[in-house]
Amino acid sequence: MLSIKDLHVHYGAIHAIKGVSLEVNDGEIVSLIGANGAGKTTILHTVSGLVRATSGTITYDGVNLRATAPNKIVSLGMAHVPEGRHVFSRMTVQENLRMGAYSLSNPEQVKQNIERVFKSFPRLKERARQIAGTLSGGEQQMLATGRALMADPKILLMDEPSMGLSPILVKEIFRIIETLHAKGITILLVEQNAKVALSISSRAYVLETGSIAMAGNAAELMEDDRVRKAYLGV
Amino acid sequence: MDGLTLFIQQIINGLRVGSVYALIALGYTMVYGIIRLINFAHGDFIMVGAYALFFTVPLMIAAGMPAWMAVFVAIIVCAITGVLVEKLAYRPVRAKGTNMSALITAIAMSLFLENLAQTLFGASPKQVKTIFDLPMIFGFSGNTFLTIAIGVVVMVGHSLFVKYTKAGQAMRAVSEDKSASKLMGINVNGIIALTFAIGSGLAAIASLMYVAQYNQVTNMMGSMLGLKAFVAAVLGGIGIIPGAMLGGLVIGIVESLSKAYIAPLTGGLITSAFSDAIVFSILIVVLLVKPAGIMGKNIGEKV
Repeated sequence: MLSIKDLHVHYGAIHAIKGVSLEVNDGEIVSLIGANGAGKTTILHTVSGLVRATSGTITYDGVNLRATAPNKIVSLGMAHVPEGRHVFSRMTVQENLRMGAYSLSNPEQVKQNIERVFKSFPRLKERARQIAGTLSGGEQQMLATGRALMADPKILLMDEPSMGLSPILVKEIFRIIETLHAKGITILLVEQNAKVALSISSRAYVLETGSIAMAGNAAELMEDDRVRKAYLGV
Repeated sequence: MDGLTLFIQQIINGLRVGSVYALIALGYTMVYGIIRLINFAHGDFIMVGAYALFFTVPLMIAAGMPAWMAVFVAIIVCAITGVLVEKLAYRPVRAKGTNMSALITAIAMSLFLENLAQTLFGASPKQVKTIFDLPMIFGFSGNTFLTIAIGVVVMVGHSLFVKYTKAGQAMRAVSEDKSASKLMGINVNGIIALTFAIGSGLAAIASLMYVAQYNQVTNMMGSMLGLKAFVAAVLGGIGIIPGAMLGGLVIGIVESLSKAYIAPLTGGLITSAFSDAIVFSILIVVLLVKPAGIMGKNIGEKV
């Protein structure tokens, strides 16, 4: 479904991504784990077109994403929940959701999608007219997720959804991710919280300073000594 | 004329000139809101609009149409000018340069437009044919009321557009977070171009209001008008749309009242020629007391 081959990304003189290849197949939850600064977010940004790659290929359903404008990528069925939520903090919850559906042209469908998101996140419905900047961190994460769902994505890129949330909220967010997956959405998950990420994933990649250090079945990686030492703290 | 009538007259005059400032200030504030650039060429868009009126008003009259309909031509000319300036001058600098180089480019565009107009049309003022000729209402000029009414209608329409339409909401989204907007599928450069088109279109309406009053066009007319409207935008809180409208009206009223009363109040020591100085002093005072402007807020961001 999503395939990255020999990807290289530079920020000026810094070689941030050094030949990363990864696959996400239809219906999977795949996690990309690794320490701060390993390049996880850069990979997601490159897939979404916010950052331009130096070389390599990124294809999604046969489409070359490196040659696709970022604003066209959403309509291909890919949505991105950015790190740090990035909700539009001066706009209302409802307006944020509308922006998520910017790529849809049928107003009826937008309405239906808003109802569907409200059903999955009743808290957002209660706060529909509230300014997004006044929501709590957990609510903002729900809004960012709901906003991405407004575009009817087939694949969801989620960047550090657990960041800054209490353990109870982390549990809730991951329960939501599993629900979305059960509804048929493919997920590429970037997380520093390796334990939780691996527990819901089918496969995972371990990224170290811009290269894939390990890859494989999530359950097996969880048992791997190096992973346990470096990322699970045991 | 008794004192009260004079005072009301001055307030109404202030609202008239203030609504012109408000429409221009909207253009400054919209562009600042979306790309954090003070578009110093914005004042000169009024001049572009005024020349467009100068040339098309006679055509409208000759065609037997109402003269004011020339404003539609002026809006199109200004919108195209605004989008071209953004595309050819600001966008390349934005992609490569710093905020400072963008600001200097804006000053350069302002000088370029002023000198281009001088080369094309000469430096001497041009007389524009009468656009409105309304009768007096309650002893006040009908043109004044019409100008204020146009200003109010345009401001209300603009606010509704920004609040409720998809494009207006996208403008707010882009002004807040360009990366997140791209992730939503918003064509960010397209929305920036739209912002320039609308801001410049508002400047064209402001030139109609201005030219209908003063009947004169020069290549330098935009510089002082633009500067005062910029003061209005900063006074109201730059980047905040209702702030620009409020700032414009406040500046208009202050200017009008100071012109009328400053000489009698100071026994002729300060003449009405100082009204501009008073306008700019007010800006300094407001910014000392409330640096973000009248409607500006320093909202802490939740992380």
